[in-house]
Amino acid sequence: MKKFQNVTIKGTKDGLTLHLDDSCSFVELKEELDRKLSESSQSREDRLISVHVQVGNRYLTAEQEEEVKDLVRQKKNLVVDSISSNVMTKDEAEKIKKENEIVPVARIVRSGQILQVPGDLLLVGDVNPGGTVIAGGNIYIMGALKGIAHAGFNGDKEAIVTASIMKPSQIRISDCITRAPDHYQEDEKREMECAYINDLDQITVDRLQVLMHIRPNITRLEGGF
Amino acid sequence: MGEAIVITSGKGGVGKTTTSANVGTALALQGKKVCLVDTDIGLRNLDVVMGLENRIIYDLVDVLEGRCKIHQALVKDKRFEDLLYLLPAAQTSDKTAVTPEQMKVLIDELKQDYDYVIIDCPAGIEHGYRNAVAGADKAIVVTTPEVSAVRDADRIIGLLEKEENVESPRLIINRIRNQMMKNGDMLDVDEIATHLSIDLIGIVADDDEVIRASNHGEPIALNPNSKASIAYRNIARRILGESIPLQPLEDDNPGVFSKLKKFFGVK
Repeated sequence: MKKFQNVTIKGTKDGLTLHLDDSCSFVELKEELDRKLSESSQSREDRLISVHVQVGNRYLTAEQEEEVKDLVRQKKNLVVDSISSNVMTKDEAEKIKKENEIVPVARIVRSGQILQVPGDLLLVGDVNPGGTVIAGGNIYIMGALKGIAHAGFNGDKEAIVTASIMKPSQIRISDCITRAPDHYQEDEKREMECAYINDLDQITVDRLQVLMHIRPNITRLEGGF
Repeated sequence: MGEAIVITSGKGGVGKTTTSANVGTALALQGKKVCLVDTDIGLRNLDVVMGLENRIIYDLVDVLEGRCKIHQALVKDKRFEDLLYLLPAAQTSDKTAVTPEQMKVLIDELKQDYDYVIIDCPAGIEHGYRNAVAGADKAIVVTTPEVSAVRDADRIIGLLEKEENVESPRLIINRIRNQMMKNGDMLDVDEIATHLSIDLIGIVADDDEVIRASNHGEPIALNPNSKASIAYRNIARRILGESIPLQPLEDDNPGVFSKLKKFFGVK
């Protein structure tokens, strides 16, 4: 009687792909994985072969992932490149959702106040001098930015800051910081501008309209109009 | 049941005490029963501005520690018939002698007997500020047309918005110097009002008379001829719910020609 295989190995031009069945127990799976890999790793080649592991609808904890990686690594010249799964925990899903969400806030961020959101921030109001807004993603300010704005808080260098009136005391994007000139000209309007990190890894302030060319991925609308 | 209004600013020296004294006096002139409460424990001076310093027997800390009854500590202003009282701060203790909970109980008790309880807040945002705000229903933020004062006002408004018992604060811009404002050397009234985006309840011009009156222990609001006095009286009427347009800021000594123009109604 032939048993259904829990581990299937496929060769691709990028290396090996291991398809691990998601209906058997994890212990069974490990045993079979160990056996299969011992049989097949006969090659005498020296170069490393990268392995992609696909676990289907099985959820692996961080420890289990480590176990799988260890198993593969024990075999000669195999190294785990990635582990992909169709499932994730609710916490992870919520985190991803929050990081990709635009949070609208209607208020004035006053001196000494800090407003922080994990995703994009849409502020309907002003940021007064001494106030700070922080976002994991982009910051869009419908009023005047006179305080500090920090976009891409978790290291996203693609993040941008826009404001209807751009007179910030500081703009920070990811780990770059720029500060305002010591004096704004009286008649300077600074209307409808955006700030982004340019090719030289410095923050540049420019007209709002340049964004569609340098950061096309801001658009999330799918399809045409 | 009256209402308690805290007068605050964040920054020191912008005129909280002067404003408290004059708004209280102006409300009493309107026939309201007013109690002024000085919460600047350790650095009291509302009593000096009101000219009541030498009548103090007990103070706020004595009341809270049960050494006397409230009515024993209240100093009556003789210029008014039973309308204006002052609860002085202690001079020997410091601000930590009082807790916000105690202040709330005290102010609630005073609200039973008075139409308005005006609370003079100390500078800063620490313990003294929290004491002053604890019992308040409304707040008035005082600022001057200086960047530093406006910055602190902004901070204090942010803190006041978090207080659940306090309605959204209103603004007084104090010490306006018309000539500097015209020249653009000073922030102008509209700029400050839009920046802070709260209701403007009054503007007061910088007037030497205010300092002179304070030094004599006579609040300027008692003198009907001064511009600052009219400004304070207007603020009192706006607190009472009347709608009065802001006084236009004019130079103190208009030339003969402009007086003539005004007389003939030429703009």
